[in-house]
Amino acid sequence: MVEWTDEERAAISDIFSKLDYDDIGPKSLSRCLIVYPWTQRYFGGFGNLYNAEAIMNNPLIAKHGTTVLHGLDRALKNMDDIKNTYAELSVLHSEKLHVDPDNFKLLSDCLTIVIAGKMGNAFTPEYQASFQKFLSVVVSALGRQYH
Amino acid sequence: MSLSAKEKVIVKDFFAKVSSRSDEIGAEALARLIVVYPQTKSYFAHWKDLSPNGAPVRKHGITVMGGVYEAVSKIDDLAGGLLTLSELHAFMLRVDPVNFKILSHCILVVLSMLFAEEFTPQIHVAVDKFLALVALALSEKYR
Repeated sequence: MVEWTDEERAAISDIFSKLDYDDIGPKSLSRCLIVYPWTQRYFGGFGNLYNAEAIMNNPLIAKHGTTVLHGLDRALKNMDDIKNTYAELSVLHSEKLHVDPDNFKLLSDCLTIVIAGKMGNAFTPEYQASFQKFLSVVVSALGRQYH
Repeated sequence: MSLSAKEKVIVKDFFAKVSSRSDEIGAEALARLIVVYPQTKSYFAHWKDLSPNGAPVRKHGITVMGGVYEAVSKIDDLAGGLLTLSELHAFMLRVDPVNFKILSHCILVVLSMLFAEEFTPQIHVAVDKFLALVALALSEKYR
């Protein structure tokens, strides 16, 4: 089971309390699709992804970015059992969506970078460490049900 | 994977734009490296002071960023231009190449923090590719 210090819990809570999901979600997903273009393979039905501008203005991508970011709320509410919290979503990503689990890390890197941009100096090294630890636990849980 | 002519211009322009704060970028990136990825401290065990805001870490961050700027100036031939640095990393420092990737990530985080407006997705992808190619050039002489 993952151990969290009080500082880590506080950092993660603080980051999420300040999060504008409708801003950060779309920005993170669209950044991922631009920086790692092969991830576009999962978004064939999402309309125009022809270039960076199209991706950044695509309303379906924006909506999905918000959805994905809200997916992290489950981990936030169940920090002491993230593994089981994501069992169902892991099955979904494996069986139905067929997403290569390596992609989870790519999206989480983009999320980290977007949040760093939003928070500026408030995103201290310690905050970055806590946040990345949180994301890596989520990423690991999402990959667990693949077989 | 290689940089297009357009991407080379993007990278050169962006690094020129942020050059006045290059010391700050380097120091902050290295500080984050050792805090977020504590295993990297294994390369700096010979320093008395390993605190992220201490002098040795900040000074070395500046040195490393100097290397990144050298790479920018040699963007048309990274493998050739960074040969000496590659030999240094391969034979003397023997830094595991996985660490180039995580330092690159820390640099990107710092660029995003300090230059949120300018660090657009388009610039992010060009800089990410560039740093990956720098890492590759640094790994040239490893084996």
